[in-house]
Amino acid sequence: MGELIVKNGFVFDPLQGIKGDRMDVGVRDGKIVETNTLKNPKEIDAAGMTVMAGGVDIHAHVVGPKVNVGRLFRPEDKLFKSPLKRCNRMEMGFSVPSTFKTGYDYARMGYVFVNEAAMPPLHSPHVHEEIRDTPIIDNAAMPVFGNNWFTLDYLKNNEIENNAAYTAWLLRATRGFAIKVVNPGGTEAWGWGLNCENIHDTVPYFDITPAKIITGLIETNEFLGLPHSMHLHTNNLGNPGNYTDTLDSLRLAEGYTAKNNFGRDQVMHVTHVQFCSYGGDSWKNIDSQAKTIMDYVNAHDNITIDMGQVTLDETTTMTADGPFEHHLRGLNNLKWANTDVELETAAGVVPYIYSPNVKVSTIQWAVGLELALYSNDLMRTFITTDHPNAGPFTRYPRVIKWLMSRAARDATMKTFKWLDRTIESTTIDSIDRELTLYEIAQMTRAGPAKALGISNTYGGLAPGMDGDIAVYALNPENMPSDPDRIEEAFSRCAYLVKDGVVTARGGEVVTEPAKRTIWVDVKVPENAQVQRDIYEHFLRHYSVGVKNYQLFDEHLHNPRVIEVDTTQ
Amino acid sequence: MAKKIENVGCPFCGVCCDDLVVTVSDDGKKILEVENACIIGSTVFHRAMEDRHALPRLRQPDGTFKEISYDEAIDYTAKVLHNAKKPLIYGFGSTNCEGMAAAAKVAEKAGAVLDNCASICHGSSFLAIFDNGYPSCTLGETKNRADVIVYWGANPSHAHPRHMSRYSIFPRGFFTGKGHKGRKIIVIDPRHTDTAQVADIHLQVQQGHDYDLFDAFRTVLRGHDIPDVVAGVKKEQIVEAVDIMKKARFGTIFYGMGLCHSDGRNHNVDIAISLTRDLNDFTKWTIMAMRGHYNITGPGAVWSWQYGFPYCLDLTKRDIAHMNPGETSSVDLAMRDEVDAFINIGTDAAAHFPIEPVKHLRKHPWIAIDPHPNMATEISDLHIPVGIVGVEVPGIVYRMDNVPIQYRKVIDPPEGVISDEELFERIHLRLCELEAEDAVNVPAKAAPEGVRAGE
Repeated sequence: MGELIVKNGFVFDPLQGIKGDRMDVGVRDGKIVETNTLKNPKEIDAAGMTVMAGGVDIHAHVVGPKVNVGRLFRPEDKLFKSPLKRCNRMEMGFSVPSTFKTGYDYARMGYVFVNEAAMPPLHSPHVHEEIRDTPIIDNAAMPVFGNNWFTLDYLKNNEIENNAAYTAWLLRATRGFAIKVVNPGGTEAWGWGLNCENIHDTVPYFDITPAKIITGLIETNEFLGLPHSMHLHTNNLGNPGNYTDTLDSLRLAEGYTAKNNFGRDQVMHVTHVQFCSYGGDSWKNIDSQAKTIMDYVNAHDNITIDMGQVTLDETTTMTADGPFEHHLRGLNNLKWANTDVELETAAGVVPYIYSPNVKVSTIQWAVGLELALYSNDLMRTFITTDHPNAGPFTRYPRVIKWLMSRAARDATMKTFKWLDRTIESTTIDSIDRELTLYEIAQMTRAGPAKALGISNTYGGLAPGMDGDIAVYALNPENMPSDPDRIEEAFSRCAYLVKDGVVTARGGEVVTEPAKRTIWVDVKVPENAQVQRDIYEHFLRHYSVGVKNYQLFDEHLHNPRVIEVDTTQ
Repeated sequence: MAKKIENVGCPFCGVCCDDLVVTVSDDGKKILEVENACIIGSTVFHRAMEDRHALPRLRQPDGTFKEISYDEAIDYTAKVLHNAKKPLIYGFGSTNCEGMAAAAKVAEKAGAVLDNCASICHGSSFLAIFDNGYPSCTLGETKNRADVIVYWGANPSHAHPRHMSRYSIFPRGFFTGKGHKGRKIIVIDPRHTDTAQVADIHLQVQQGHDYDLFDAFRTVLRGHDIPDVVAGVKKEQIVEAVDIMKKARFGTIFYGMGLCHSDGRNHNVDIAISLTRDLNDFTKWTIMAMRGHYNITGPGAVWSWQYGFPYCLDLTKRDIAHMNPGETSSVDLAMRDEVDAFINIGTDAAAHFPIEPVKHLRKHPWIAIDPHPNMATEISDLHIPVGIVGVEVPGIVYRMDNVPIQYRKVIDPPEGVISDEELFERIHLRLCELEAEDAVNVPAKAAPEGVRAGE
C-alpha cells in the first residue's frame, strides 16, 4: 500500500492529548506509524490546516429496514434535493440519503466509522446488504434488546448469566456490535397499542419494569465486558416534562463501573439527549432542562451522552420507539409508517419539519446546543443529530459551527419567529461559550471511539491505529471571522485518508477503498437452558426458522471481528 | 443414499415458507422429494429440471434459435444496452436481491429504465404508501397477537396457499394459544372465494365499490350513521364488522389485487391505510399487502436503498434518478413506443403485459433472462438461461412483510448455467469496456458539474 505523510498540520488528537501542535503524521500499509520510520512517503502538505483522526459517529440511522422505509415512502425527499452524480454511483435523497450518498457524504466530511443505531435482529440480513452498498465508511450495527422477549424473561427472573449467553448468541446471529435499548418495555407494550411512560410502568404480560430492563442490561453488558456500553434511548422520549424520567433513567447507572478490556469508562450511553431534556407539562409551556441534565451527567463519570441536535430542516423521524412515532403522527398529521417486529421490537417513521417559525422546534434547537455547551467533559458528550431524526448527518458541520461560534448562534436565532419565547424558555442566550477545535475533536472522534471501545483502532493518530486522517482547511492560529467558513471546512475536508489511501480531496471523493463491517464475537460457556429457549421460541413463535435467522457468512461483507472471551 | 436439505426457502409466492425439506439425489443433481411445501411450491422444485437450456439462444434471420456461448450473449446484451437510447430492464419478481443490485449497476451504467413487476401489480400500493404511510408488522406479530384477521380483495387459499396456516388464521402463537378458535375472520370480496369459506363474516362488496365500503367503515368507527346499504352490504353487517375490529386486541388487514386493481386502485389502498390508522386510536391494527412473487418485495427494498425509489426508476438522465409512474412505468413507456431495447428478467412480460405494448417492445431488441422457456423467451431475440434462485442459486429474498429470508441452493444448475448476479456483473464489465473503447474514439463528454443539495 505504500507510505504517506501528512506534513506540518496542526494536529488535534485528544486520545494522545495533542492540542494543535504542528507535526507530521505518517502512515504505512494502512496503519499510523512513527514518521521517522518512513522511507519514501507520498506527501500531503497540510501546512496551515487542521489534522484530526477520521471521524467516528456513535449514533446514526444509516442502514436497515426503517431507514429504507424512510427512503421508500418519501419520494419528495429526492425531488430537487439530490445532487447530480459525481462519483461511481448516483446520490439520491436529502434527509434519508441512499446508501451510496451516505458513504460519500460521510467521506466528504472526513468520517470513517459509523455505528448504525438500531438493527432489528430479524432484519439483520437486510442491514448487512445495505452495509455492503454503503461505500467507504466502516459500519457497525447495534441489535435492539430492550423489548426482546428472551431478554424480558431472563431479566425478570434476574438471570443475568442466561441473558448474557443469549446476548452473545444474538450478537453472533446478527453480526451485531452492542446492546441497544429503545424505550425499554414501551415498544413491547406498543404491540398492544400501549406504552411504558416512565421507568416504573410495568410491561404488559411480561411484568417487568423498564428500570429493571435497563439495570439488567447494564449488568449483562459488564458481565460480558463488551467494547461498548448499554446504549439507551430513554422512556417517554420527546414529551414535555420528560427530564424527570430521564434523570430517573440516568440514576439507574449509579453504583455500576465499567468492566472491559477496551478502554471504555462508561456503563451507560444515553443517546440523543436533546429529545429527553424537556421541562413544562405541555407543548405550550415546554422549556429547556438541559442544565439539570448536564449537571447530573457532569457529576457522573460512568455516563456518556450524544446530543441529537435539531438542525431546523425538513427531515424524517425514525425510531424503534413505535408508540412515540404514533404519537408524533397525531401531532403533525403527516404520513405514518410502522413495523412491529415479532418478539423483538417495532419501528415507526414519520416525516417532520423543524421550522424556525415553530416555537417548539427552536426550543429543541437550543436544548441540543445547551447540552454540549454545559458539558464539563467533551470526551463524554458527542455530536450527533440522531440522523435523520433531528436532522441529517450532513449538518454536523453546521452543528460544529454553532458550537464554535456565538455569532453563528445569534445569526440563526435572528431567524426565529418566536425568539423571545425561545430565549424565555431556554438559557441559550446567556451562554457565551465557544468550543475549541480540540473539543470538537473530542466530540467527533476521540470521545465516541473511546465510548464505543474501539479507541485502539479509530478516533486517534497514535502509531498502530488505522491510517484514517482527516485534514480540514482551518488554521487554528488564524480562525476565519466568518463562522460559515467553519461549516464549509468541516463539510468538505481538504483530505480524507482512509486506511492510508487518499479517499477524498478538496471535499470530493477520489477513490473508494474497501469498507468493513465491525462486529463483536463473544465466547460464553455452553448454556443448555438458553439453547433450549431459543429452540422453543423459534419452533413456536418466530415466523422464520432459527437456521435461516442467523446471518449466513456469505452475507457478511469484509468483516472485522472484535473478540471477547468470557470463558477465561 | 439421498441427501435431505432442511430449512429450504420456497421460490413461489410472497409467503416465503422457509421450512421446506428437500431430498436430493446423491450427485446433487436431482430433486427426489419436497416436504412441507404447498402443491405449487413443490411443483416449482419438481419441474425445475424440465425444459432447461444450458446455453443462450440467439434468434437467426430465418426465425430459429441458435445456441451461442455466454460470452457472446453478454457481448450482445451489452452492445444492445450501449447502443440503445432508452432501454428498459423489467421484471425481478423471481430472482434474488444480489441479482437486483447487480442489474441496477448495469441500468445505471447503460442509462436505462429499471422497473419491476410491482409496476403492473402492487404499484398502486406504493402510490398510497407515498401519500399515507404504512402501519404494518411482521407476519410473526400477526401469528402471536392477532385475534381479528381481515382479508380484503385477497384470496390466499389459491394465491398464497400457506399464508393462513403459517401466519394468520390457524397458527397457535404466543398470545393466541387457541389458534383458529380464538380468532375472528372477516373476508371482504365480491366473490364467495375459498377464503370466504373459512370466514366468520363474509361481506360481499359490490365489485368496484371497495372505497365506499371503507368509507362506511371509517364513518361507523367514528360513531356516525351510514345509509342502510353501502356498496351492496347491509348496514347491520358493517356495524357488526366494525364493532369486532374496534374490540380486537390486535388485528391485521391483508389486502390484495382486489383493492389495487379494481376501480379506485391506489385510493382504495389509501383509505385502507387511513382505516388502519383510525383503528389505532382505539386498539392495535396493522395492514399488509399480499405481495405475489417470492421476491417481488426485494426490488422495492434494494432500489429504495440504492436510489430512493421502489419502482419505475428512470436512470436515463444518467446523473440523477427519476420516478413518475405513468411516465416512467413499463407499460406506459411501451404503449408510447418510447423504449428501444427491452430486457425481461425473472418474469414473463409477454404473458402479463397488454398486447399493444408487447407489440411495440417487439419492434426492438428483446432479451429474455429466465431459467425456463416462457412466452417472453419464445418471442425474444436472445434468451439467456440462468439458475433458479432458491433451487440452484442461494441469496436473500424479501417476504411480503419486508423480512429478509436467506434462501439456499439445493441442487446444481445445468452445467455451465450462471446466476442472474454473475450475468449482470459480466454485462456491467462488458459495458465498461465498451465505454472505454468509445472514450478512445470520441472525445469524452465533460463531467457534469455537481450541485450540492441546499446550495
